[in-house]
Amino acid sequence: MPSGPPPRTLYTVSALTTLLRVHIESAFSDIWVEGEVSNLRIPTSGHAYFTLKDASSQIRAVLFRSIGRSLRFALQDGMQLVCRGRVTVYEPKGDYQVIVEYVEPKGVGALQLAFEQLKARLAAEGLFDQARKRPLPFFPRRIGVVTSPTGAAIRDIVKVTHKRDPGVTIVLNPVAVQGESAAGEIARAIEEINEMGGFDVLIVGRGGGSLEDLWPFNEEMVARAIAASRIPVVSAVGHEIDFTVADFVADVRAPTPSAAAELVVRDRQDLLKRVAGYGDRAVLAVRAVLRDLCARVEAERRGLLDPTALVARAIQRRDDLEMRLRLAQVNRLKDLRSAVEALRQDVLLRSPLQQIQRGLTLLPHLRTRLQQRTKVALELWRRSLEEYIGSLHALSPLAILGRGYSITRRWPELTVLRAASAIAPGEVVHVRLAAGELLCEVQKTANELIRKPGGV
Amino acid sequence: MPTVKFEEALARLEAIVAELERGELPLEDSMRIFEEGIKLSKVCLKMLEEAERKVEVLVKDKDGRKRTRTFDLEEFSETGQANRDVED
Repeated sequence: MPSGPPPRTLYTVSALTTLLRVHIESAFSDIWVEGEVSNLRIPTSGHAYFTLKDASSQIRAVLFRSIGRSLRFALQDGMQLVCRGRVTVYEPKGDYQVIVEYVEPKGVGALQLAFEQLKARLAAEGLFDQARKRPLPFFPRRIGVVTSPTGAAIRDIVKVTHKRDPGVTIVLNPVAVQGESAAGEIARAIEEINEMGGFDVLIVGRGGGSLEDLWPFNEEMVARAIAASRIPVVSAVGHEIDFTVADFVADVRAPTPSAAAELVVRDRQDLLKRVAGYGDRAVLAVRAVLRDLCARVEAERRGLLDPTALVARAIQRRDDLEMRLRLAQVNRLKDLRSAVEALRQDVLLRSPLQQIQRGLTLLPHLRTRLQQRTKVALELWRRSLEEYIGSLHALSPLAILGRGYSITRRWPELTVLRAASAIAPGEVVHVRLAAGELLCEVQKTANELIRKPGGV
Repeated sequence: MPTVKFEEALARLEAIVAELERGELPLEDSMRIFEEGIKLSKVCLKMLEEAERKVEVLVKDKDGRKRTRTFDLEEFSETGQANRDVED
């Protein structure tokens, strides 16, 4: 066999392409590649076609729908990806391309990216708007709770709720709060609570856990169920530092399940104090009203209804009127006199008959009043005279005679005798007794007592 | 659900107290709203005194509909047979 150039192997295009494909597929059956997404297209088939590129090269890539569906985030142009897959050749075009079987965003984790994307989308829809947030009920009686029946969350909620207000009924709609089925169960449970009705408020949540554990609360279906709830929803997922999409959609975000119960349930003791305080204030206020009223009634009674006060007031008023009347009368009389005088002057000067007539009609009034006043004055005078006489009588020496005394006077001069030496025996004296008089001749005078004849 | 809402009763009670404290109403009206206020405070106190500590759980009926029954926390303790999932 002569040596020479190797025998010419002539391939058809198809054969060569197939050969390349087989070689490439066996050499690059499981590779990792990183690059930036560009020229992303997702036709109706649902497969995603894009180019992965870096500063100097590019390579085609395909993400089939079955894989893409399970992605938690959405592909976007410009996104830095880390892809795992295999390289193959698309024989109709002779293009080689990466069939992507796993993809994660470079830098941030896939979950974080998915969270950011869903958050941005729902925010753009307005689901986080403050205006959508409903106030929590003032005095909830029936609280729905969507969480795990075995977790710490329901225990914390029951404990805090019944410590604050034992009158609250808690209704648990039990769900799995982690794992594949969790998001669906949580969303359905929120709907069920809404369908049942009779709930004042709804707490949705779970205790702390890893980002993966909390993931169901970052799922769109949970966010949408919360947004659609007609009952106000309080989210209570994980610890204080954990924020989920559910927290943003909920009407109120509680940092923990215990805190949710504290936000939802008012302390009964506070309410009791408040009601009792209102009761006390009402009683005090009514007492004040009554006291005020009593004071007013008392004032009215004193001022208007007390007959003695009325009489006193009437007397005072009458006295006042009388004084004014008297003054008016005096003035009137003066006026009348001067009027009469004027008339008289007129008559004397001009004799105007009419004026005389008028003056004459006034005169009877004047006369009558003068007569009345005179009568009153006379009566007063008579009374005071009688009183005077009465008191005079009491002082009269004649009244003393009634007690056995007598008055002795010289006869016939009738000068009062005050001493025996002022008269001599044989003279005559006049003795005035209480009843009657005596005319006596003096037998003997002495400055001392005259003894009875035969007396001791 | 109570026929009178606690919140409304409390708000009305508050308004009555404020009105009474203003002291401008005629006696009859004062007494009328005072009585109303005392009634309301009794209603409020009664509502506050209810203390059943009720905890219920929704369970599926045979026909697939949910109904409530008393929830026993012990029954659902993490070691219990009703354990469905475990949180940390």
